[in-house]
Amino acid sequence: MFNIFIHLVLLLVMPPLLLGVINKTKALFAGRKGPPVLQLYFDLIKLARKGVVISQTTTWIFVGAPVITLVGIVMAGFLVPLGPFHAPVAFTGDLILFAYLLAIGRFFTTAAALDTGSAFEGMGAAREVTFACLSEPALFFALLVLAKMSGSLVLSDLLHAPLAVGSQGAAASLVLVAIGMFILLLAENSRIPVDDPNTHLELTMIHEVMVLDHSGPLLGLILYGASIKLFVLSAVLLHILFPFQSGSVPLDWGLFIVEMLVVAVGVGVVESVMARLQMRHVPYLLVAAILFCAFGFVLLVR
Amino acid sequence: MNPLLNALLVVVLALNLFVLGTSRIVTVIKVVSLQGVLLGIIPLLIEDHVGWSAVFASVGTIMLKGLVIPFMLMRAMRDVQIKREMEPLIGFLPSMLLGALATGFALLFAQALPLASEHTTPLIVPASLSTIFVGFILLTTRVKAITQIMGYLVLENGIYIFGMLLLGVIPLVVEFGVLLDLFVAIFVICIMVNHINQAFSSLDTRHLAALKE
Amino acid sequence: MTLLLLLLPFAMALVAALLPSNRWRPWVPPLTAAIHFPLTLAAVFGEPMESHAAWIGLDPVGKPILLLISTLFLVTSFYLTGYLKYHPRRENRVFVACLLCTLGSMTLVAWSRHLGIMWIAIETTALCTAPLIYFNKTPQSIEATWKYLLVGFVGIALALLGSFCLAYSSLHAGLHPSLVFSDLLRDAPQLSKPWLHVAFVLMLVGYGTKMGLAPMHTWKPDAYGAAPGAVGTLLAGGVTSCAFLCILRIYHICCAAGETAFVAPMLVFMGLFSMAVAGIFMVGQQDYKRMLAYSSVEHMGILVLGLGIGAPALFGTLLHVFNNGLTKGVLFLSAANIHRSYGSTSTGVVRGALRRLPVSAGLFLAGFLAITGSPPFGPFISEFSILNAGFGSGHFVASGLFLVFLLVIFIGMGSTVMLMLQGKVPEDAPQTIYREGFLTVVPPLLLLGVVVMLGVWIPDSLSTLLHNAVDFLEVQP
Repeated sequence: MFNIFIHLVLLLVMPPLLLGVINKTKALFAGRKGPPVLQLYFDLIKLARKGVVISQTTTWIFVGAPVITLVGIVMAGFLVPLGPFHAPVAFTGDLILFAYLLAIGRFFTTAAALDTGSAFEGMGAAREVTFACLSEPALFFALLVLAKMSGSLVLSDLLHAPLAVGSQGAAASLVLVAIGMFILLLAENSRIPVDDPNTHLELTMIHEVMVLDHSGPLLGLILYGASIKLFVLSAVLLHILFPFQSGSVPLDWGLFIVEMLVVAVGVGVVESVMARLQMRHVPYLLVAAILFCAFGFVLLVR
Repeated sequence: MNPLLNALLVVVLALNLFVLGTSRIVTVIKVVSLQGVLLGIIPLLIEDHVGWSAVFASVGTIMLKGLVIPFMLMRAMRDVQIKREMEPLIGFLPSMLLGALATGFALLFAQALPLASEHTTPLIVPASLSTIFVGFILLTTRVKAITQIMGYLVLENGIYIFGMLLLGVIPLVVEFGVLLDLFVAIFVICIMVNHINQAFSSLDTRHLAALKE
Repeated sequence: MTLLLLLLPFAMALVAALLPSNRWRPWVPPLTAAIHFPLTLAAVFGEPMESHAAWIGLDPVGKPILLLISTLFLVTSFYLTGYLKYHPRRENRVFVACLLCTLGSMTLVAWSRHLGIMWIAIETTALCTAPLIYFNKTPQSIEATWKYLLVGFVGIALALLGSFCLAYSSLHAGLHPSLVFSDLLRDAPQLSKPWLHVAFVLMLVGYGTKMGLAPMHTWKPDAYGAAPGAVGTLLAGGVTSCAFLCILRIYHICCAAGETAFVAPMLVFMGLFSMAVAGIFMVGQQDYKRMLAYSSVEHMGILVLGLGIGAPALFGTLLHVFNNGLTKGVLFLSAANIHRSYGSTSTGVVRGALRRLPVSAGLFLAGFLAITGSPPFGPFISEFSILNAGFGSGHFVASGLFLVFLLVIFIGMGSTVMLMLQGKVPEDAPQTIYREGFLTVVPPLLLLGVVVMLGVWIPDSLSTLLHNAVDFLEVQP
């Protein structure tokens, strides 16, 4: 019970911190002081107090999308075990639900973008779904590798497979899946080198362009949802990167939080040392992610 | 057999795909030199007890493939002032897919090969075959002289991986002879690259088409 | 003496590289050859030496190749001093040093009894000959050198993979793996067959590239066309023979392993395919140096075909290595004289050579007749012997095709050669300073003398040498 409580608290409270850490890392690399680590919390509070302007051409989808997306991603967060602990919700086949919860968020975000009737936002939606076509197979291959390794279709058991199997014989597959999942993490959360969360150039935007018309609390929900998505996917990646367990419950939670921050710093470093890819080169990266995960699978079943 | 070995070989395979997918020649040189360093570590992992010959082979390989050859190529690059492979005969994405296909094929093919029992688990043979294929893809689909050399180096790396099966069998003299020949080969090729650039004002090997029937 | 023979060329290369005088440096190769040749004779015909190291040693198959290399180098080195006199301004330090290193590495190929050492030596010949091809420093020679290097390196890399596979075949069979030739020969029957097959194919392709077998011959016309004629002699007579020796080695191991039925059809096919390709490209060839290159492809094909036919043809094949090498010397050296006189390698410019350069053109004509297998020259004997063995051992289709290709090549080559030699010198043919001189005419003349002699009478010592080699190859452990 205690673990479930911690799980919920972390899932709902910690995500904006990750973005803060990423931004702080980038600022340090650039030699700036940077915004406070808690900046996103302040932003969210500020946005929640603001009014909303809604275009007259939009329908309920425009208002509903941020809510549905947020709910979807939080539900996905319930399915993913954090660290060595079990997830609050687990049943056979929940990995499919996990993938579709991510997808439904994407669907409603793009639908809301199209709903505004703006060509600009439509363009962003088109890009988002194009790249999603490539990132979803990668996710499935990665989950397939873990499912094969653990022999289970429950997300909680499956993500603990590296912990159980260790490095005996499966190290090669795990390396491949880790690379693939990291690319996926960057792509799904619109980070450099796939997308630049700070840019507002029409040539380069993907995620940012879809939410231009949202304002006030709605925008806050979107930002909050995006940070939870980063949290959830990082949690998935952690299982592959750091399959360790200390045995003591408080220590494991502490370890989990530290690992999470390490991943955030890692993302920040990648963003600092890499340039954004040209839009037409993004598919190469995603195809590479698919290939890595697929090879992980081939190596495992061979 | 060290469990790290397979993880290392997988990274080598990943670097292969990376080389196929990138257009920046400096990146290609860096990646291939990283591959060389990784290959240099293999001799230390392959035997249970590390002998002197393995250490020598390792140090020699890392020095040459990881440092000296990339340094020479970087100098050649600086002299000829080109940055990118612009128009490969097969695009970057298709050649990456081709490389992936070759890797898959190598995995299947290596299973069909009659290998000694201690060589079936490690990925040495598939990694070697796949690296050789990737070398061929680079050699045949790239048009800049310097990228073709990288193809040759990747090919050579693939053969080196295969040679790891025979570590300790091939005398150190021969091993170093092979490395020395590789070094001189790259040296001669770098000189040629410079001359090609002077004579044709370009490194595009498609200019080298005067001699034909 | 072994050590002296192996180290002499490299030591002399160092001397040549350090010698400051551009004028005297060209005399270093003849001096080297003058020491190398008697040493070779002593090593080849003298008392068999007990070799202590298993890696380096002269066995009966290496002997004829070493003799051929040394003879060719002796003649070519004197010719080259004459050649370099016509380029007094051109820096020849790298050229001469590389020339001597080529001799050294070719010698090492003949001596090596370790497949790894042999590979290194072959790769070294490729590296040393590249600057020789590049000597003229024209865009064409850059292109030729680039292709030579790239195609050659890839080929040789495959041969290395083949050598590894060979070592793996003994590892897989549970033997102590080794690349020492005598060990492999001893263990041949137990070697793992699939790996042996892979090794053979890779080494055939790899060393075949170096030899210039079709379809891996693409570098050959370019390289021979761009290289100075004397270098062409060393490439076509020396380096290719060394590569053939490498193929002989793996062939020997395969035969000892009882895999003759696997290798023979491949060799026959490669041989005939090379001849066919050479024939196609030789008909209507406008450039006589490229024509010689295709002729080299053809003769490499004949050698491999001879191997494919098997034991009865072995004597003829080994004899043909000699005849081809020496005749190529005559052709390349006389062609180089013609080239220098006209300043062109195109048959559009070179006409009436018999009037302008009676001796060189006469030599070229004789060389043409010899290389196409007309009596009374040496190649006639060896080709006839291979053909005889082919019909005798039931290879009727292969032998029939062999005859047809010889005919096509004779006609194709003949039309080009006659165009060059006969008729009047065109009015607008360029005038150059070249006149026939002692050093540029006597070397090919000497070679022609040997070729004629081999056609009429084979010295007992040479015949014994070749028979020993054949016996060595036929030994079944």
